[in-house]
Formats: sequence, C-alpha cells, structure tokens
Amino acid sequence: MRLSDLVAEMIGAAANNEPLRIRAGGSKDFYGGMLAGKLLDVSAHRGIVAYEPTELYVTARCGTPLVEIEAALAECGQMLAFEPPHFGRATLGGCVAAGLAGPRRQQAGGVRDFVLGVKLVDGRGLVHDFGGQVMKNVAGYDVSRLLAGSLGTLGVLAEVTLKVLPRPRAEQTLRFDLDEGAALALLNEWGGQPLPVSASFWSAGQLWLRLSGAQAAVASAVARLADQFGGQTVDGEKHWISVREQTHPAFAGTCLWRLALPTTTPALGLDGLGAIEWGGGLRWYAGDAVPAAVLRERAEQAGGHAVLYRAPESLRCLEGAFAPLAPPLLALHRRLKKSFDPQGILNPGRLYAEF
Amino acid sequence: METAENTFQTDRKALAERLKAILPAHCLLVDDEDLRPYECDGLTAYRELPLAVCLPESEAQVVDILWTCHQLGVPVVARGAGTGLSGGAMPHAQGVVLSMARFNRILRVDRLARLAVVQPGVRNLAVSEAAAPYGLYYAPDPSSQIACTLGGNVAENSGGVHCLKYGLTVHNILRIRVVSIEGEVFEIGSEAPDAPGYDLLALLIGSEGMLGVVTEVTVKLVPKPALAQVVMASFDQVGKAGEAVAAIIAAGIIPAGLEMMDKPATAAVEPYVKAGYDLAAAAILLCESDGTPEEVAEEISRVTAVLTAAGARDIRVSQSEAERLRFWAGRKAAFPAVGRITPDYYCMDGTIPRKRLAEMLAAIAAMEKKYKLRCANVFHAGDGNLHPLIMYDAAKPGEWTRAEAFGAEILELSVRLGGSITGEHGVGIEKINQMCVQYKTRELEVFHRIKAAFDERGLLNPGKAVPSLHRCAEYGQMHVHHGELKFPELERF
Ligand SMILES: Cc1cc2nc3c(=O)[nH]c(=O)nc-3n(C[C@H](O)[C@H](O)[C@H](O)COP(=O)(O)OP(=O)(O)OC[C@H]3O[C@@H](n4cnc5c(N)ncnc54)[C@H](O)[C@@H]3O)c2cc1C
Ligand SMILES: Cc1cc2nc3c(=O)[nH]c(=O)nc-3n(C[C@H](O)[C@H](O)[C@H](O)COP(=O)(O)OP(=O)(O)OC[C@H]3O[C@@H](n4cnc5c(N)ncnc54)[C@H](O)[C@@H]3O)c2cc1C
Repeated sequence: MRLSDLVAEMIGAAANNEPLRIRAGGSKDFYGGMLAGKLLDVSAHRGIVAYEPTELYVTARCGTPLVEIEAALAECGQMLAFEPPHFGRATLGGCVAAGLAGPRRQQAGGVRDFVLGVKLVDGRGLVHDFGGQVMKNVAGYDVSRLLAGSLGTLGVLAEVTLKVLPRPRAEQTLRFDLDEGAALALLNEWGGQPLPVSASFWSAGQLWLRLSGAQAAVASAVARLADQFGGQTVDGEKHWISVREQTHPAFAGTCLWRLALPTTTPALGLDGLGAIEWGGGLRWYAGDAVPAAVLRERAEQAGGHAVLYRAPESLRCLEGAFAPLAPPLLALHRRLKKSFDPQGILNPGRLYAEF
Repeated sequence: METAENTFQTDRKALAERLKAILPAHCLLVDDEDLRPYECDGLTAYRELPLAVCLPESEAQVVDILWTCHQLGVPVVARGAGTGLSGGAMPHAQGVVLSMARFNRILRVDRLARLAVVQPGVRNLAVSEAAAPYGLYYAPDPSSQIACTLGGNVAENSGGVHCLKYGLTVHNILRIRVVSIEGEVFEIGSEAPDAPGYDLLALLIGSEGMLGVVTEVTVKLVPKPALAQVVMASFDQVGKAGEAVAAIIAAGIIPAGLEMMDKPATAAVEPYVKAGYDLAAAAILLCESDGTPEEVAEEISRVTAVLTAAGARDIRVSQSEAERLRFWAGRKAAFPAVGRITPDYYCMDGTIPRKRLAEMLAAIAAMEKKYKLRCANVFHAGDGNLHPLIMYDAAKPGEWTRAEAFGAEILELSVRLGGSITGEHGVGIEKINQMCVQYKTRELEVFHRIKAAFDERGLLNPGKAVPSLHRCAEYGQMHVHHGELKFPELERF
C-alpha cells in the first residue's frame, strides 16, 4: 500500500462524508470509545524507511510491526526506550496513536517523548510533514508530539520518526516482600536518589524492581538494595514481558481500570487493586466492585485520572473510556479536531463521544 | 506587504485608561522613557516601542488585562527576562507588553514527588538552587540560566548542555496553568504521568507566547548525580571531531553533555577564561559523564578509548570539580568572549544531522569569504545544534545586512542538510522568512488553524513564529529575483 493509496481513500471518504475507522494490527480494538465507520486498513503501508544508529533515529511507515522495528534496532544494540507493548501484531502507527508505553516509561519517558517527526494524512487527504529527524527542532508548533495518543482522530500517521537509545549495558531485577504502603513509600524515596531504576511493579505483596545502566552502577545498586532492604535477585526477563504485555495475572478481570496518579498518592485501599507501576504513578484496578464514578472521583481527587482500559462493550459505551475534560479544554479539543478533520470523519467517538 | 502593524489601530489613551483601572500605578508603564528598556529582547537588532508595559502581580490581573485587550483588539506580547535571541519578546507598536517579571515566587518544592511548582517569572537557575538541599535539580540548563525565566523556557522549549541526556524543556514539564487571550484560565498536564485528551502540553511548549500566557509551571526534578567528570579532547581536523561525536553515540554512550568549539571560538575564549584549551587544535570536544563514581569511571574509560581511536591529538580528564568547571568555563562564556573581540555578533541556531557537521563547517568557512565576515562556532555537538557566531560591526554600513544574509544562508542550508532552522532559540521575528523554507504552505496553514483554535483574532504576539502565507510568497519572489531559488519543489503562489 502506497501513500497515494492512503490519500486516495481519505479523499474518497471526505467526498462522501463517510466516517473511517483507522486500523492496523487491530490489537487495540478493545481500547477507547466505540468503533465506528468504514474500515481503513493501513497495515499494508509498511517498511522501515531510514534507520541511522549514530543519529539515534528510525523512520518507518505506520503499518510496520513493532517486532520488525525492534529487531532492526537490536542488531545495532539499540531500542525503543519507552518499551511499548505489542503482542506480535502492534504496528508503529497504532503504537504512537494509542500513546501507551511500557515498564521503562518511568525512567525513559513516554511515547510522546520519543516522537521526532510524522508524516500525517489529515481528514481532507492532505499530506503534512511535521518535525523531522533531528533531536532538536522548535520551528513551528510541535504537532508531532500532539499526535501521540490522539487515537487516529486527527489523521493517519503515515510515517513516524522516533528517537532511539542504546540498550543498557547491564540489567538486573530484585524482588522484595512489601505491602502496598511500604512499597509506595520506598519507591518515592528511591526515585529521589541517583539509582538506575528502570522499572517497578508491585502486586500481591511483592515489589519487583529493575535496575539498568552501566555494569558497575547496577552491581553497586543491587548490592546496596539487597543489603538494606532485603531484596532478592531474580531472573526478571519473563516477568517484565508479562507486565508489558499484561499477561501477568494482576491484569485479569472483566474490567481493567488504568489510573494515572501522582507517585506520592497513598495506597488507595481498593478491593481488587491489581498492580502498581512507574514508581507509583500508574495503578491498575482489575475488578468491577467499585463503581466507575467512584474510581474517577478518587483519581481526580488525587490529582490524576482514570481510564476504563478494558471492559465489556456495554460498559464502555455507558461510561466512556476516558475521563471527561474540563469545559475550556473540551472546547479547545473540538476546535483542534475541526482544524485537522473538518468533516469529523476520522475515528468518530473513539476518544470522546463529543467528536 | 501586509504587516502586523497596519492590521491593528489602538487608541492609546483609551487603552491606558482601561489598564489604569486594572493595575496599581507601580505596575503600569506608559511613558516613552519607561518603555525604552522593553523595546527589544536579546536580539537587539530589532526594536520597537510598545504603547504600554503591564507588570501584573496576580493571575486575576493577568486575566483582566488579557480580557480587556481582547475586547479592544489590542495585541499582547508576553515577556519573561527578555533574554530571547529570536526577537520573540519584541514589542508590538500597537500593543501591550505583558511582563511576567513579578511572578517570581517558588510556590512549592516537593522532595518526595520530585517536582516544583513555580511562577513563570522565576529564573531557571533559582529552581535548581531551591531543589539543591534535597539532592535534586531541574535538568534543562540554557547558558542564560542565571537570567532567563521558566515562562520564557516553556515558550521557547529551551535546551542546554544537559539536554542530550535529560531532554529539553518539553520532557521536563509536568503541568502548566495558562490564561487564554479571552481571559479564560485552564490547566494542562498534571502531576500524574499523563493527562486525558490530546497532549496540549507538547503543543504549548515551544509555542513562543502565541497560544496563551503561562501563569504557573510544575517542573520535574531529578536526582543530582553523585559525580560529574569531563573529558576534553582536541583534534587537528574539524571533520575528525565530528566523526568522534558519531563514534561516541555508536558505542552506545549518551554523555551528560557533548559540546564542541572550533579554533576561532577557542581563540576567543582562552585569553578570557584561561581554561587551558589546546589553541593549536582545529576543534575541541568536551564530553561530560555523570552518575555514581563507578558508572563515571566506566564511562570515562570507554569514552577515552573511543576518542583515542577517533584520532584525538590530546585528551585530558578533569581531576577535580574545580578543573571540571574550568574546562566548561570557556564553553559557557563563549558568547561574551566573542563579544569582546568584535563590536557585535549575531548568534544563529540551526540543527543538522550530526554526520553533516564537517560539511556544514566547510560551507560556513566559504560563507565567511563570501560575506567578508568572520564566524566562530560553538555547538551542542551531541544533538547537532549549531550556534555560529557571526561577527560584525553595526556601525559599518552594510555589515548588519551581510550578517543577516550570512545567517539566513546557514539556516537554509541546515534545512537542506535535513535539519531545522531552530533548535532552541525559536523563530520569533528573526527566522520568520526561513519558516517558508522549512515548511510547505499546507503545514503553515495547519499552524495558522492551531493558532486560531487558541486565539481567533490573532492578538497574542502577532507577526512572530508563523509567517503569513502572503509573507512567504514575497520571500519566495525575493529569492527568484536574486536568481537563487533553492527549493524549486516548494509550492508558491
Ligand atoms: C490482546 C491484546 C491485549 C493488549 N493489551 C494491551 C495492554 O493492556 N496495554 C497496552 O499498552 N497495550 C496492549 N496491547 C498492545 C497494543 O497492541 C499496542 O498498544 C499497539 O500499539 C496497538 O497497535 P495496533 O497497530 O495494533 O493498533 P490498532 O489497534 O490497529 O489501532 C489503535 C489505535 O490507533 C489508531 N491507528 C492505528 N494506526 C494508525 C495510524 N497509522 N494513524 C493514525 N491512527 C492509527 C486506530 O484507529 C486506533 O485508534 C494489547 C494487544 C492485544 C492483541
Ligand atoms: C547569553 C545567552 C545564552 C543563551 N543560551 C541559551 C541556551 O543555551 N539554550 C536556549 O535554549 N536558549 C538560550 N538563550 C536564549 C534565551 O535565554 C531562552 O530562549 C530563554 O528561554 C528565554 O527566556 P526569557 O525569560 O528571557 O524569555 P523572553 O525573552 O522574555 O521571552 C521569550 C518568549 O517567551 C514568551 N514568554 C515569556 N514568558 C511567557 C509566559 N509567561 N507565557 C507565555 N509566553 C511567554 C515571549 O512572548 C517570547 O516569545 C540564551 C540567551 C542568551 C542571551
């Protein structure tokens, strides 16, 4: 599939005022609001366009599977530092459009932090190039990063340039027996110290901590933490994949809520809390005992927000996946949406029911 | 040509009356001699007197000022410390300067949450100073950090030596409070790792005061590394230094700072700071490593090996904190040092892919002959961000015009080499024509629509950052006229 085919489909849809549902791997059909519109399958627009290890960037077409990109990077000892989940099917476009990062986000930053440039097909079929392939570019508004997490509502990300980083030289995992409150307290304490923590995961009385970096730095941190806090070194590789891909039992349940909170938010004490990631900043609640309104309010009171991440369709339609926006922000969202997609044909309702 | 000036016609007296009702006398300047200090920012070649300068002390006053200006159709230019280098804070002749200088309080430093909540007029360095007792600091460190403000940093997405490893302003801001031109207050981002909806934080950061006025900033603080050490290497060819930069990255090392100076730059700074630079070298590289002592020792030995293999003629490793600071002193003082050897200099700011460094430097050397002006080069080599310092004498007829053309040619070459016309200083008024070179009409139209989504009447900082399509057409014609149209594939109309 060539860019011109994508453009032609978009122009056709715009001419007929026909809503489109952009889809690549389809691995995220469960995520966000309702799925509506004619299927625009972009998975065939694929392939790595440029990869320059010494310039620290990779450019690829949207349908390129993440595994393909990661394999190319691994050959040069590099990685996508935000550690996106993929399940073998996820594509670059879907990864950036969904804006979801994995365990390493705590240390490295999120998807948006690594987006350098995009080629975008907007709702009128116009192709735009925003950003570029250099690390620093402040010419014009930063549209590339705006698109991370926009769930295909502003255009098709035909091509994306991401910043890549070297893989850490050494990596080790420690496991501690700690209750929720104690784990949170320690995570915040450690966060303020020069420790090479690259991931954390707490569930059911156990805290897992991954340390990455220079050989010597990892070794000395492991020794100190094991000695002072009783951590056990364990083989973490399978564990972190199960966290990234959410196959760990902590994520199982009919409903899965994702709460992004300030790291210092105390234990929520919710019946059925599944897991804590990102040094306390991300909390998963797997269960349906607590009503949606209560979860949203608890998250908001703590200064964060709650996403109905995975749930039966009926509930998703009823509650909306994402926390509602304050009125001035919603008005801004609507105007921005309109400027990229004047007819509102792109993924309508996938982000918010209002557009 | 349509200019921003003739789009607005302000009744100066009526405006002053309305502002007097909002602000106490000590917060409002309207007399020409009081306005004079605000007529330009760090780019002194462009000056303009505003009709009034407002120095609000509360967010409520900011709301009232913006709402009033919106009602009257008066342009507003926000201002931090005025250290900007692209004319972003240059006043509008028919408008108001909204100085955020009195918003200078640090509201909260939270050790456990590793963040600080500050007002936009707080100086960059003051944040790190306030965080120091907790072993934390704010990573983005523009060379102007003793003077420039967080509000200005947010508006310009400022960078610094540490940004290679720790990211730019956009990577280190959690939340901002903004007042729209219509006087509406909203918050973007949060203390949590992300916020619902579009990433408006990314859009606002680097938007050069065009989308809203920032009244509060929440920044991320990071742990201060236990140790920092710097390796200084000198090279007898600029190209070799450029290759050494690529070799360091290829070896999987992301240093805490990786900076380069060419011979004219070291020649200018050495007598000034006595850093011990190798004056016979064509270029020197400064490569900093930070972390735990074990980590630093490991990285320094790897960096040293890479630099040796890359053909460095001399390598020195700082043996004490005092020596580390001395090695850096020259790089940090490069601008004032060059300022001592020339009446005026013009600091450019383009980025290029690192592998094109040698090519760019050769082209600049050729431009020195073409424009009959000297140029010293200091740059953030690690991220390909150049700061050519074009030396000129404003008192000599024609020199500024040549310096300006020299700068424009560097920027346009940056785009052609695959880079950008600005890495950290912003477009402002300075690079407005080169925006027409970097972007096509379609992207510029998107920028205008984004602007309209926030500021429909175009009152915030008009004439800056995003050129009118009309202006691009004119600029395009100018190039055709000189017979050197460089981008024939770009659309024109
Ligand atoms: C069973 C299963 C469970 C998963 N669970 C999780 C999980 O719990 N957490 C997690 O983080 N990830 C999860 N994923 C991973 C998910 O695969 C990734 O997040 C991935 O990034 C989605 O990519 P995709 O190509 O499959 O996107 P799709 O599902 O095809 O699309 C995702 C979104 O992006 C839009 N989109 C796709 N391509 C483009 C484009 N080129 N331009 C604009 N918009 C586009 C779509 O319209 C849609 O809104 C799961 C995957 C599977 C199969
Ligand atoms: C010697 C020297 C060295 C420098 N080194 C660097 C460097 O290493 N890296 C770098 O990135 N820059 C550097 N700069 C440029 C400059 O310091 C930065 O751009 C800085 O961020 C500007 O901050 P300021 O407070 O002075 O802003 P100003 O110059 O006052 O304003 C800059 C822009 O921000 C807008 N603005 C200011 N406050 C607000 C607000 N509250 N809300 C909305 N908009 C606002 C203004 O309208 C204007 O467009 C240097 C400048 C000098 C003079």
